[in-house]
Amino acid sequence: MEYKDYYKILGLNRDAKQEEIKPAYRKMARKFHPDVSKETGAEEKFKAASEAYEVLKDPEKRAAYDQLGANWQAGDQFQAPPGWQQRAGGSRTGGHTGFSDFFDSIFGAGFGQAGFGQGDFDLGGFGQGGFSQGGFDRDHGGFGQQPWRESMAGEDMHARIEIDLEDAFHGTTKTLTLPATQPGVAGKTLQVRIPKGVHQGGQIRLPKQGRPGRNPNQVGDLYLEVSFRPHAFYHVDGKDIMLDLPVAPWEAALGASVQIPTPAGKVDLKIPAGSSHGRKLRIKGRGIPAKVPGDMYVAITIALPPAATDANKKAYKAFADAVDFDPRAKMGV
Amino acid sequence: MTQTDLPLVELLDDETPLTLAELCRITALTEEQLQSWVAHGIVEPLKGRRESWHFTAIAITRVNRAKRLQQDLGLNTEGAALALDLLDEIEQLRRELHRR
Repeated sequence: MEYKDYYKILGLNRDAKQEEIKPAYRKMARKFHPDVSKETGAEEKFKAASEAYEVLKDPEKRAAYDQLGANWQAGDQFQAPPGWQQRAGGSRTGGHTGFSDFFDSIFGAGFGQAGFGQGDFDLGGFGQGGFSQGGFDRDHGGFGQQPWRESMAGEDMHARIEIDLEDAFHGTTKTLTLPATQPGVAGKTLQVRIPKGVHQGGQIRLPKQGRPGRNPNQVGDLYLEVSFRPHAFYHVDGKDIMLDLPVAPWEAALGASVQIPTPAGKVDLKIPAGSSHGRKLRIKGRGIPAKVPGDMYVAITIALPPAATDANKKAYKAFADAVDFDPRAKMGV
Repeated sequence: MTQTDLPLVELLDDETPLTLAELCRITALTEEQLQSWVAHGIVEPLKGRRESWHFTAIAITRVNRAKRLQQDLGLNTEGAALALDLLDEIEQLRRELHRR
């Protein structure tokens, strides 16, 4: 397994004072929390920071980690020294995914159990899946408490999945792998038909696919929160779809009838004469399908033909000579 | 359910609003807690008196996000509410800038 440089992960020197650890972690946590950051790899960075904090915040664990020696580099092939006593840290009451193998090899696997508590979880086998809770301090209080009062142990499970925008128009079938809901019972794999018409941030309920409740005959539901993968040219706002449409200068100035793409197929669109850059045209009902479907908003963007050939340069010059136009008239220059 | 049957799936769309009690059960929060979060603007019921509050499924998404922010980043309720608003605004701005 790979050595993890916890100091480097938090941006600290190895001789950092103990009181520097928490602020460094908090900064990383805020920056890379998957709800906050859209960077690819944000979730991994968040988890790495959480694991680093777990070790460095505790003087005992930090000392044990330091004992491995300062000569290790992040990514080195690592094995715990022979005779290394695993430091079983404090008790954890589950509820989160485990830490890395590296962590387990130093501190013992009993510490970082994958939990069965409520909350989001990764949908393994699904590719870019949901988000597993990264923070772990909540079992011990301190940073990251659970300040709300829960009504009961959650029977309903929540997960997040990513689909393509086209799937909202046609529906799709996805395979989910759910983690175990009880110790000793394997997790299950489900084929799920995602119906068409789901919005960004929408929820799909799978009855009885959640956890057993206090009465074992009662099983909770599974809720899937749907988000769309970034698309090359569509953007989704709830159930509306935004499209930037490049048009030629003469199409915008003189008006034109053009074909535009929509997730449901090509559509003819009339560009009104005198359309300026950024003008939004609304196509009712061409958003995500529903009883009241969303709309599509097309933003006109003027694309300039490059003056790359002699013919183009000549045409531009002729245009410039023929037209009386001062774009900076209002600037007093 | 045989192996070949796909599990039942229900799309929670605008036609299937949730009552306060249902939202509480789904998100494992008490009614008092949810009422407090409504007061902070974390979730908004459809127009109506408290006795007949209804929520669209987006409320589940917002509650889960607020919970994650509170748990993972140690935010209090006001902080979570502000964070949600700011994140919505950032998402909107990103859409306008066409960056992800």
